[in-house]
Amino acid sequence: MKVMAIIKRILHQFRRDKRSMALMIVAPLFILTLMWLVLDGDSYSPDIAVVDIPEPIIEILEGQEAEIHVMAMEEAEKALKDEELDAMLTWDEAGFKVLLEGSDPNANSAVQKVLQQTMKESSDKPVPQTKVEFLHGSENLNLFDNVGPVLIGFFVFFFVFIVGGVSFLRERTQGTLERLLATPLKRWEIVTGYLGGFGVFTVIQSIIIAAFSIYVLNIYMTGEFWYVMLITFLLAMAALSLGTLLSAYANNEFQMMQFIPLVIVPQVFFSGIFNLDTMQPWLRAIGKVMPLTYGGEALRDIMIRGEGIHGFLDEVYILIGFSVLFILLNILALKRHRKL
Amino acid sequence: MEAVIKVNDISHSFGKETVLKDIQLSVGKGEVFGLLGPSGSGKTTLVKIIVGILKPISGNAVVLEKTMPSLKQMKHIGFMAQSDALYSELSGRENLDFFASVYGLSKAERQQRIREVLEVLGLSDDIDKPVDKFSGGMKRRVSLAAALLHKPEILILDEPTVGIDPVLRKSIWEELNALKDEGTTIILTTHVMDEAEKCDQLALLRNGHVIAQGTPHSLKKDINAATIEEAFLHYGGVGQ
Ligand SMILES: Nc1ncnc2c1ncn2[C@@H]1O[C@H](COP(=O)(O)OP(=O)(O)OP(=O)(O)O)[C@@H](O)[C@H]1O
Ligand SMILES: [Mg+2]
Repeated sequence: MKVMAIIKRILHQFRRDKRSMALMIVAPLFILTLMWLVLDGDSYSPDIAVVDIPEPIIEILEGQEAEIHVMAMEEAEKALKDEELDAMLTWDEAGFKVLLEGSDPNANSAVQKVLQQTMKESSDKPVPQTKVEFLHGSENLNLFDNVGPVLIGFFVFFFVFIVGGVSFLRERTQGTLERLLATPLKRWEIVTGYLGGFGVFTVIQSIIIAAFSIYVLNIYMTGEFWYVMLITFLLAMAALSLGTLLSAYANNEFQMMQFIPLVIVPQVFFSGIFNLDTMQPWLRAIGKVMPLTYGGEALRDIMIRGEGIHGFLDEVYILIGFSVLFILLNILALKRHRKL
Repeated sequence: MEAVIKVNDISHSFGKETVLKDIQLSVGKGEVFGLLGPSGSGKTTLVKIIVGILKPISGNAVVLEKTMPSLKQMKHIGFMAQSDALYSELSGRENLDFFASVYGLSKAERQQRIREVLEVLGLSDDIDKPVDKFSGGMKRRVSLAAALLHKPEILILDEPTVGIDPVLRKSIWEELNALKDEGTTIILTTHVMDEAEKCDQLALLRNGHVIAQGTPHSLKKDINAATIEEAFLHYGGVGQ
């Protein structure tokens, strides 16, 4: 079959072009690992200086997750200025006074948490214990667990977009596209062949990236592995068809790269890596036209909320819809070269 | 003679630049038809229109009684583009295997045809190297080989012998004549005058106009010219 011929050829090309293959597999693993190193830290334990604080309270403080330093006033003030401390705690008749270093929101909230807990424990009245349970996730869910699913989707999308777009572009610049159109190949056969060849490759790519995140980086995962595969595959197809489509509007590799800030970067902002709940509704709506929004949401449903297929069926349909739309536009764009 | 290819009143322009103007041609079965013209005269544009990968502004090309583009007729055409359209990462053999399978040849047919074609073009030795390590002439021959694989009735070759040494050029012409004897119709473009002499029919193209058409012999005889070159200059002067 003719589509098979194209698929076979693309796989051959991949085998020869070790660098692109590495880019699509090793680069996502490398960046995910870096993200993991940065985001997967334990919760921050702040350095707090105590000045003239009664002994019992210091004891309670030392029981918290914080480094407590007993210091004199001037010493503490200097250390705070030199950023060696996150906060300085003093005491007078009115009560505690806290001076925060203040430049790092993470440290600020860590200090506040420590103080709240200390208040609670130092009061004479017994405080009724609040029992906290989690509907999804667990108390150990950290930032990496939260953004990880979206990141997996993002890297699959990004690298397939680039490699797919550039190889279709090269097909045009080196004249082989024209050569193919001078054969009885139909336009849809060319597009399908591309999807097929890259499809085989992206399945392998997705397995490796997802397995690495889940089993090596230990990202939080309660759902089914193959659901993750399904979503990354659909994302890859959307990325490929969008990449090949946009490559028709680029004259060289450099112009292809210019689509990154236009098409890829906005998806990072709007797809849910950052919390958008406080954003203007009309701004939030921008995310609705981006494949990664749906891919990221579905991946979170699967990995964090452990949902079955019904939990993210809408996203699956929408992702398929994006791909179908882009594929049809691709077939249409080839009409520029040959009417038939 | 029955016309295998007919070009009817084709005009084409890119933006404001008119590249072809009212071109009329008719190519008979088993003819070697040469398009001779200087660089930029519109040869490539014309063959692309005949092959069906460029839509003219007006007029049409009819191949085997069907207006192009026609997927059915594309099976019967072997096209060699002016720039070598090959996948540079793949070996020459992989390129040929790919183009052969696009025409639906079975595995056994592909192997046999590739062997035959390579032998004719003297390529057998280096064919398993990646194409980006090929010399210019080798790439040219692989492109030609790719056009021959499916034994097309019609060959359309855009400057097939550029960058090929005289010995090989001679053997390529022998092959083209052999194909012609089997009934293959061949259109080729060239700006080499002595190659033009080898064609059965010639169309002289200049600035998008056909300035003269006929057998090389009649073109020369009509104006008592000794060479095609002389004829070209003569017709060019008159045609302006
Ligand atoms: N895609 C294009 N866009 C704009 N102009 C073009 C395009 N292709 C060709 N032209 C113009 O059309 C004219 C004819 O080009 P064409 O390639 O047909 O010439 P040619 O006879 O094949 O020349 P050569 O012998 O150098 O290959 C040239 O002036 C060229 O600049
Ligand atoms: Mg040309």
